[in-house]
Amino acid sequence: MIETPLNAKIKGEDFTELPKDLYIPPDALEVYLEAFEGPLDLLLYLIRKHNLDILDIPMADLTRQYMEYVEKMRAIKLELAGDYLLMSAMLIEIKSRMLLPKPAELAEEDDPRAELVRRLMEYEAIKLVAQRLDEMPKVGDGISVASAYYQHISHVKPPEVTLDDLTEAWRNVLKRASHFKHHKVGRAELSVREHMSIILRRLKTDKFVEFTQLFDVVNDGIPKLVVCFLAILELAREGLLRITQQEAFSPIYVQINSYE
Amino acid sequence: MSETSNVAELKNILEVALLTSHTPLSLDDMQRLFIERTERATLRMLLDELKQDWAERTMELVQVASGYRFQAREQYAAYLMRLNPERQARYSRAVMETLAIIAYRQPVTRGDIEEIRGVTVNPNVMRQLQERDWIDVVGQREVPGRPSLYATTKHFLDDFNLRSLAELPPMDDFVQQEAMPGL
Repeated sequence: MIETPLNAKIKGEDFTELPKDLYIPPDALEVYLEAFEGPLDLLLYLIRKHNLDILDIPMADLTRQYMEYVEKMRAIKLELAGDYLLMSAMLIEIKSRMLLPKPAELAEEDDPRAELVRRLMEYEAIKLVAQRLDEMPKVGDGISVASAYYQHISHVKPPEVTLDDLTEAWRNVLKRASHFKHHKVGRAELSVREHMSIILRRLKTDKFVEFTQLFDVVNDGIPKLVVCFLAILELAREGLLRITQQEAFSPIYVQINSYE
Repeated sequence: MSETSNVAELKNILEVALLTSHTPLSLDDMQRLFIERTERATLRMLLDELKQDWAERTMELVQVASGYRFQAREQYAAYLMRLNPERQARYSRAVMETLAIIAYRQPVTRGDIEEIRGVTVNPNVMRQLQERDWIDVVGQREVPGRPSLYATTKHFLDDFNLRSLAELPPMDDFVQQEAMPGL
């Protein structure tokens, strides 16, 4: 599945044909910048491309190459650079620790590169299984699951109905019907427009009328009072009336809106 | 009185239930098909026979994490896929790597994922995996901040045609294999 360029090319042994420094100019890599999933991915790429032994990484070379790409990356995609810069710092730290003289009693296992190598290996393993997962057939993508059609018959029990329920329902119908009837009659008898005229005429003679005086509460039924009120609102909306009140709860006065 | 004691008919009932179900049927589901108590061992035996009966057919009875289902044999996948040419867009590498980390290292926190991938976790990636019902939160790690612990779901195993996590492709350490001799 994956080519293994590391084969037989470790530490210069059997290292016949490939040039020692497989240097790739950073410009050539510009295209791939998007494709890197992070600093570890970029490091793995560099290690593979340069046929470096992951267990004996030449830190100076790797750090230099890495920094070149990161510089390039910073120039194009600033927001990507954070994680990459952190890795730069880590690489430089490892490099400098390797330069320090080691006390003789400290053995090989104290290699400052160990943690980086562990992380690179773990990441590479994850990267490979991720590819395998991606290639696996999945339901909806390579796996078709049976789902034959059948007619669902519902066996829902109908609810119980008593005589009381029925009576109650009938009462509700009557009640609603009566509302409806009442409303219809009101409309037929009274015209808002008509009342608008009546009010305007009244205001022409009286000029300034208290709001409550416009309603004949004693003689008119509620429907008529409502229509009268609607007429006042309508007149106000059309700008024919001016409704004023000095302060809250004081009498409201209605007058003709004169344009002077 | 038993509803049916005829083995062939019991098998037919299982078959039709499996063929019409949109999700895998567990043994518990299949027990609900019959009024009388049916032993799980009996069901397993019937399923095994059913599997044999279909051996030469285009569908096969398979077992995945949440139960049994019929699915088209692999050799027909290429044809069936032509019926739905607008194939699902592939998930990005970030999504697949995050899924792989959760699958192989679960339960993990965002921090663990970031540590392995070396980059911050994009919340969008987690959302995509959760929307697909492949991962969910199984708890909190008892450290400051109590970060959520993520794991893969049964639905993930079903979708990948797996019975358990043990059936995931082995995670062989490619680097180690190649480079160990030089150590």
